[in-house]
Amino acid sequence: MSNLLDLLIAGLATGAIYALVAVGFTLLWQTSQTINFAQGEFVMLPAFLMLAAMHVGAPFWLAILLGILLSLILLGLGFKLLLVDPMLRHGVLPLAIATMALAIGLKEAVKQFFSAEASPFPSIIPAGDISILGRTVSLQSIGVLVLAIAVVVALTTLLNRSSIGHQMQAAAQNPTVARIIGVPVERMILLTFLINAFLVAIASLLITPIYLAKFSSGEVLGQAAFIAAIVGGFNQVRGAIAGGLLIGVVDNLAAAYVSTQYRAAVPMILLIAIILFRPQGLMGRAEERTV
Amino acid sequence: MKPIILAGAMLAALCATAQAQTIKLANVAELSGGGATVGTNWKNGIDLAIEEVNAKGGILGRKIEVTHADSQSNPGVARAQVQKALDGEPYVLLGPGYSGSVKVTAPLAAEAGIAQIMGGEAAELTQAGNKFLFRTSFGQQSSMPKVAKYMAEELKAKSVAVVWVNNDFGKGGRDVILKEFAKRNVKVVADLSTEAGQADFAADVSKVKAAAPDAVFVYVNEEESARILKELKRQGVTVPLMGETTLIGQKVVELAGDAANGARGHVGLTTDAPVDLVKAFRERFVKKYNYVPDHNGLKGYLSIYMIKAATEKMGKVDSKGVADALHGLTISAAKEPGILMDVTFDQNGDIDRQGFLVEIVNGKQVVKEVLPKLN
Repeated sequence: MSNLLDLLIAGLATGAIYALVAVGFTLLWQTSQTINFAQGEFVMLPAFLMLAAMHVGAPFWLAILLGILLSLILLGLGFKLLLVDPMLRHGVLPLAIATMALAIGLKEAVKQFFSAEASPFPSIIPAGDISILGRTVSLQSIGVLVLAIAVVVALTTLLNRSSIGHQMQAAAQNPTVARIIGVPVERMILLTFLINAFLVAIASLLITPIYLAKFSSGEVLGQAAFIAAIVGGFNQVRGAIAGGLLIGVVDNLAAAYVSTQYRAAVPMILLIAIILFRPQGLMGRAEERTV
Repeated sequence: MKPIILAGAMLAALCATAQAQTIKLANVAELSGGGATVGTNWKNGIDLAIEEVNAKGGILGRKIEVTHADSQSNPGVARAQVQKALDGEPYVLLGPGYSGSVKVTAPLAAEAGIAQIMGGEAAELTQAGNKFLFRTSFGQQSSMPKVAKYMAEELKAKSVAVVWVNNDFGKGGRDVILKEFAKRNVKVVADLSTEAGQADFAADVSKVKAAAPDAVFVYVNEEESARILKELKRQGVTVPLMGETTLIGQKVVELAGDAANGARGHVGLTTDAPVDLVKAFRERFVKKYNYVPDHNGLKGYLSIYMIKAATEKMGKVDSKGVADALHGLTISAAKEPGILMDVTFDQNGDIDRQGFLVEIVNGKQVVKEVLPKLN
């Protein structure tokens, strides 16, 4: 039973990262009906931007700031202006395919400019253990969990409690009406892209010390977060958070109590079950389309 | 206009002659994907050896050329790349490094009658009667008995947890070592398979902890080795950690940092070996690539000197004769310094030479024991 606590904390820590990435999926879907298949690579890239800054002599804290700033410019502003805006007018499918191409491009570029090999990445959370309920738990697991939850709570507070958040939601729900009532829809959509870029930069900072910096590390994360977003509800931020945490915990518990050999299958089974019995996701709302 | 055409034709003929005089090798390796560390080291070792051999006049006066292809650490891609490479009729095929990729490509090289010098260590590879396949390092049938003996006799382990990667390499090693543990009455209290490229080892380590073994045998690829070492440290596992080659490689130490300290393993090749020729190789490699290679760098390097020795034994550049020349061949480091240590190839293409027992101390491999050549 004591083992269960370790597994839950480790699962929640990983799940919180998935949640950060999954929230990005839902935010972009809500505001611009975009499925960003490069979302995993968006998590991979900031770590390399930070490593590049450190290679040229920047201290770690400055590298983090530069990494976040460059992520906002490249993965937020650049992504919207250079890829989403020109492609969206051709429809969602061409845009989705373009994001797939972007994923390949980002991976290959990092492989070319850095290395195909993994690199170590420093952790912002110090090594060591703390005692919780008589169990020794790694500080890193707790730190990742706390930081990720703090970011998610700040985001949901912004969305639900602030004027900007309400404007963002209005822009997402009905852009035409939002424009009529004076909401700067374009600016709100841009803000969504910037928030996504910030989330992936934080996810990158938290996960890379554990997963290592590697050009292909976004594949696993992107897939897990995509499943998390669908399981939780693609059109609900709270659904993505719940989905992320659920996938993290289920993955760990399945590996410990079912089979390590078939652990990769468990999230997939969960995904299939959700698609079959509750297509809108655990916390999502059904979307109707008139024809 | 005619003189220009004539000059062009002469130039083309000259180029063709120059090309005919080179020895063309084809390398298919894990240059990206989960095995990128393996393939990159292997490739760099090959390139360094070729540079050296060519600088000294080549093999029997002919320079060496190599083409590198990326298997993406995927056996299906490896097979396609090897087929493509064989269409170019190389002198010898080099690679891949992953046992699963070797397994699916070996029949192609054998069918073409081309010697394949590879890095795979799965026991079964050289036991299928393929007369064209050659190792650059020990197979698991040679290394695992040494590991099991060390864990039972030196570490006094009565119970062990075995963590292995679920591919041909990992399963091969796990099957052999489980038999060796059984022979020595060592109880396996946890038998955990993991996935190649797995990022999160929290659950696996929790299971190891719950099983409370006397020691843990870790047999996964390099990057995963680093991740699991970090996780073992995070969860406070303090029993001895033992592995083979992939657990204590230089890249693993770099990636795992402090968490690698204390890990032990048997290695067929290490740049920390107390052998002068190996030390000199390490210096040359570091000078060229600015990092310390793991055992795969040595493997790639040796493959070129194996080709050189076999060709010089034949006294002619004969692609179809390389495999025959390598079988039963003993290459002495005194005569061919590039081979680094005395080495003998048996009729299966398996290798015999010194091995080493190493431990990571303060981020460095320290050779604790030199295990002699068997024959």
